[in-house]
Amino acid sequence: MAEVSLRNVVKRFDNVEAVRSINLDIPDNEFVVLVGPSGCGKSTTLRMIAGLEELTSGDIYIGGEVVNDRPPKDRDIAMVFQNYALYPHMTAYENMSFGLKLRKFSKDEIRRRVDNAARILDITELLERKPKALSGGQRQRVAMGRAIVRNPKVFLFDEPLSNLDAKLRVQMRTEIKRVHQMVKTTTVYVTHDQVEAMTLADRVVVMNGGAIEQIASPQDLYHRPKTRFVAGFIGSPAMNFMRCRLEQNGAGLRVRVSDKISLPVPAARTARYQSLIGKELTLGLRPEHITEPRRSDRDQNCEFSVTLDVVEPMGMETMVFFGVDGQEICGRVDPGSAAGPGEIMRLYANMEHVHLIDPQTHQVL
Amino acid sequence: MSTAAVAARSAGLGLGLKGSLSRNRRWAMIASYFFLVLFAIFFLIPPYYMIVTAFKSDAEVAHMATNPWIIADGVTLDQFKILLTQTDFLRFFRNTAIVTLCVVAITMVVSVLAAFSLGRMRFWGSSILATGIFLTYLVPDTLLFIPLFQIVKAFGLLNSYWGMVLVYPTLTVPFCTWIMIGYFQSIPKELDEAALIDGAGHMQMLTKIFIPVALPGIIAAMIFAFTVSWAAFVYPMAFLYSADQQVLTVGTVTSLIRGDVYKWGMLMAGALLAAAPPLVIYAFLMDYYIAGLTAGATKG
Repeated sequence: MAEVSLRNVVKRFDNVEAVRSINLDIPDNEFVVLVGPSGCGKSTTLRMIAGLEELTSGDIYIGGEVVNDRPPKDRDIAMVFQNYALYPHMTAYENMSFGLKLRKFSKDEIRRRVDNAARILDITELLERKPKALSGGQRQRVAMGRAIVRNPKVFLFDEPLSNLDAKLRVQMRTEIKRVHQMVKTTTVYVTHDQVEAMTLADRVVVMNGGAIEQIASPQDLYHRPKTRFVAGFIGSPAMNFMRCRLEQNGAGLRVRVSDKISLPVPAARTARYQSLIGKELTLGLRPEHITEPRRSDRDQNCEFSVTLDVVEPMGMETMVFFGVDGQEICGRVDPGSAAGPGEIMRLYANMEHVHLIDPQTHQVL
Repeated sequence: MSTAAVAARSAGLGLGLKGSLSRNRRWAMIASYFFLVLFAIFFLIPPYYMIVTAFKSDAEVAHMATNPWIIADGVTLDQFKILLTQTDFLRFFRNTAIVTLCVVAITMVVSVLAAFSLGRMRFWGSSILATGIFLTYLVPDTLLFIPLFQIVKAFGLLNSYWGMVLVYPTLTVPFCTWIMIGYFQSIPKELDEAALIDGAGHMQMLTKIFIPVALPGIIAAMIFAFTVSWAAFVYPMAFLYSADQQVLTVGTVTSLIRGDVYKWGMLMAGALLAAAPPLVIYAFLMDYYIAGLTAGATKG
């Protein structure tokens, strides 16, 4: 059991700075997910924690000790790879016991640990099979078993579900969460899938361009993004962004997004935004906060009419797409209320969830 | 149009399409078989001639009027008996076996280690070195034997089959290393990383992970080294000159051809016996050999 800390960690490949001085503290037993688009440095960070990449500068601590110069085997970590990385010539049992054999554990202890991990992962009957006789999901379980038997200080997962089909991915996601709840161990998990990040993590680390954008719990990240990148990256479909201008409206404020649409700012935020009056800003609003007018006590000033371009029925809800000042905006409406494409629909913007973003600094204001 | 009529029409279309496809396929098969049979005959004539001649008596071989393609005077094992009892054939066979075993062992140790380091351990100049190794294979042995003569002489190994153990690897190591580099490179890098995290050192990684996983490639390389060593002609011809040190290829020819007298029966019997070990090994390991060569070729 151990905490992991990264202090000013930098990784440079030739002249490209893949990781730019990141700082991160992961307490004991926490499940942290590093998430971001391809090339954001998340996998490199994980590989540096594993000892598979050397640091250009900075320090990595595991259990309070600097491990910069320690080889992977001396860091007491276990890693699950995207393509499972099972040894193809060994059975599932041999795969799981390989690390223990190298560490000279007794046969009885190895048997006990492998059986225990197999029970947790429900793969007891697969132990004598070789990887080629296993399905993708079963292989991933064996790969997880190989990590569990070692009882390491830290679990590292490098996009472990990317090779699985959509249904299995959801199933294995739950499985990983269940295993973490059973085997309490500090876990660092890398993914580019924000849904995986949100569902699995105690805390999510959003990375972009080699730097950390925000570290927060999934709920915080969703409701209180700090930057435009985080706001746009977390949530599916992505948050809508519209150019807007803040205007004084009596005692309150309004954001004007087009000639026809101007929406009131909640009174609680008037003081906070006072200094921004007259400025060009970006308004961020999630599709789930643009709906058909629902509650009877709603503020009718938040309603507006648009002509729908595209309508996508999803079953439980319907996505409606429309243009505002040349920008494509998405709303999520009740299937029964959706108008057809080319038709006019009355929509409601839930301004309690609005974000105003500085277009220069990309910070959420 | 009624539903039945539509169904009948589409069924007819389907049949027509199927017919043309199978006709095409039939012609392709006929052409394939024709050429395969042609090649098989072409390549099987020499071994057939060898077998037929090996089981003939000297008298029948020498008789100009008999048909050389069939055994007319009955099968005899005389050629084999004389070859095995009255010539140095068994000694040649033993020498060749010793040389081949040593060469295969040396080749495998050197090329597996070289390929592992060149293919998997990134270091400065590794790719240039890998190409360099392959380039050495392109130098023909007919050019190399002159400088090698000096080297073998310097080691005091002229006219000793141990000299062959020294020089054959110059032919086998580059190619085998090249095959193995391709094979090792085709193994995903996560496998070494998983082994590193599991606690394996480089040597354990090689012996416990890479060699078992790359076994088809290793067997392909082994067969190649075996074939080169078993069938080498130029080097023993240049470096060995007494019968007790001679190997099969040169020994059989030099001892069974005296001036312009060719002992055809025994030559063929000798060739047949000499070809037996490679045949047996190929038969057992052919699948591995093909898998090894293609994997190296496409993924390397």
